Amino acid sequence: MTELWNGLVKAVELIVTLDPEVMQIAGRSLMISVSSAVIGSVICIPVACLIHFNRFHGKRFLVSLIQTFYSVPTVAIGLFVFVFISRAGPLGGLGILFTPTAIVVGQVILITPILLGLTISALNSVDRAILDTARSLGASGWQMAVLVIKEARFAVMAAVIMGFGRAISEVGISLMVGGNIRGFTRVITTAISLETSKGDIELSLALGIILIFIALVVNIVMNRIQQR
Amino acid sequence: MYSSLRKRSKIAGALLSIILLAGLVPTVIGCTAEEAEAQYPLHDPLVRFKIATTTSLYDTGLWYHLEPIFEELANVEMDIVYAGTGIALEYGRRGDVDAIIVHDRAREDVFIADGYGINRRNFAYNFFLIAGPEGDPAGITGLSAAESFEKLYDEGMKGTVKFVSRGDDSGTHAKEKLIWKEAGFDYEEIQGSGDGYVEAGKGMGPTLLMANEMQAYVLADISTFLAYNLKADLDIVSLVEKDPIFLNVYAAIAINPESYPKTKIDIANRFINWLISDEVQEIIGTYGTAEYGRSLFYPIATCDMPGCPPVEDYTTPVPVYSK
Repeated sequence: MTELWNGLVKAVELIVTLDPEVMQIAGRSLMISVSSAVIGSVICIPVACLIHFNRFHGKRFLVSLIQTFYSVPTVAIGLFVFVFISRAGPLGGLGILFTPTAIVVGQVILITPILLGLTISALNSVDRAILDTARSLGASGWQMAVLVIKEARFAVMAAVIMGFGRAISEVGISLMVGGNIRGFTRVITTAISLETSKGDIELSLALGIILIFIALVVNIVMNRIQQR
Repeated sequence: MYSSLRKRSKIAGALLSIILLAGLVPTVIGCTAEEAEAQYPLHDPLVRFKIATTTSLYDTGLWYHLEPIFEELANVEMDIVYAGTGIALEYGRRGDVDAIIVHDRAREDVFIADGYGINRRNFAYNFFLIAGPEGDPAGITGLSAAESFEKLYDEGMKGTVKFVSRGDDSGTHAKEKLIWKEAGFDYEEIQGSGDGYVEAGKGMGPTLLMANEMQAYVLADISTFLAYNLKADLDIVSLVEKDPIFLNVYAAIAINPESYPKTKIDIANRFINWLISDEVQEIIGTYGTAEYGRSLFYPIATCDMPGCPPVEDYTTPVPVYSK
């Protein structure tokens, strides 16, 4: 028990004194995952709109397929990305394995289904009465699309935050395609999973606290949005 | 109604920007802190030299010690990927790193013969040991490696003791298989022998901690064992040492540029020559003396028993390329 307590005290000390290693790892983690969430959103929100506003054969199937991929294991994506970007793989010429870029690529793939699926259901949940009113007032298709997106903005925001939360808390992709290289691709989760086993408990605890704090903020934001 | 909606959206927006800003602030702090720390001199960040290293050299902290020295010398940013010999060889086969540090002579030979690796040089060695609970319930103290394994198998089948294997195709795992073979077992038979045989699938340090938690027997290299004994105060003790089969020789291999032209063979060669240089050999011979009262690894030139590599394997420098 004293070990845990001492560890916690040291961990808090590391955070309060802005220990360079802790700050660097936390900052890198946030940078990578924010990038993933932003890039993912830029790709997925327009695509989700396209799916929502168009009628086509197999739409239902596509949406349930997207939803099936919500809980795709991170290690599976890690493996998939690794095989592609490894130098012996089809995209090996890029030479991005074991770089932060590789982690972002993997995380974008990871959160794409969540961003797509949640954005589509966000758009679906917009009250039909609003659409009917708009149509009766003579709105064009384009104007109606803008109206729907505007109405659904909170839920879309929630989707983006969910995506961010999934990205920052994953460990499989970061470990497999990032390589946990100190000072380069070591992020919060890989540091915790590998450094704990190397006896660096205080560092892991400090990073764990930061990760929980980030998760907490994400949840508060989610609640706020959902309570509207 | 509408105004409260507006208000909430503002709150949500504010919180969202807090998250985004929080993402940027530590980065800025991180950058300045990095400069202030000055542990790593800032190099041209474009030149990244990647190696995959066997876990024991990493878990003992040797790379933390050597990394900044080579970074300064060669003016590169060194990226060290933590991987057991099996995974390191796989990274090498795929051309994902520029050099590998491994310790399994048989598989190294295959790797080189297949055209993936060149310029192998041995640069350090140490020994394995079998550690176990202090009371030694299997009674292996004083036995040879093979005899100990036989005993551990018998006791394991009775359910009295457990053995934790690396189970990750590492060099240590290869050595373990070799000892099982010498003891007259078929490895598949061991794998299927039940609860007494635990395959950890982890690096050396984590496997030691696992054996410690389970009060099980484990094959480990002396260096990692000593390092963890100091760091984590292990309850398992070294029981069997000094068997010739325990010799453990580390090798550095450059990735063949003919297989992967993009690998940085010039830096890899320089790195290998540096490892066998007097400077690094002296560091290897003294690393750990302050903390453990003895060095964790031995300079390769002091290896003089059967199984040691021929002298030219560590005295002949590899070719140096210049543009």
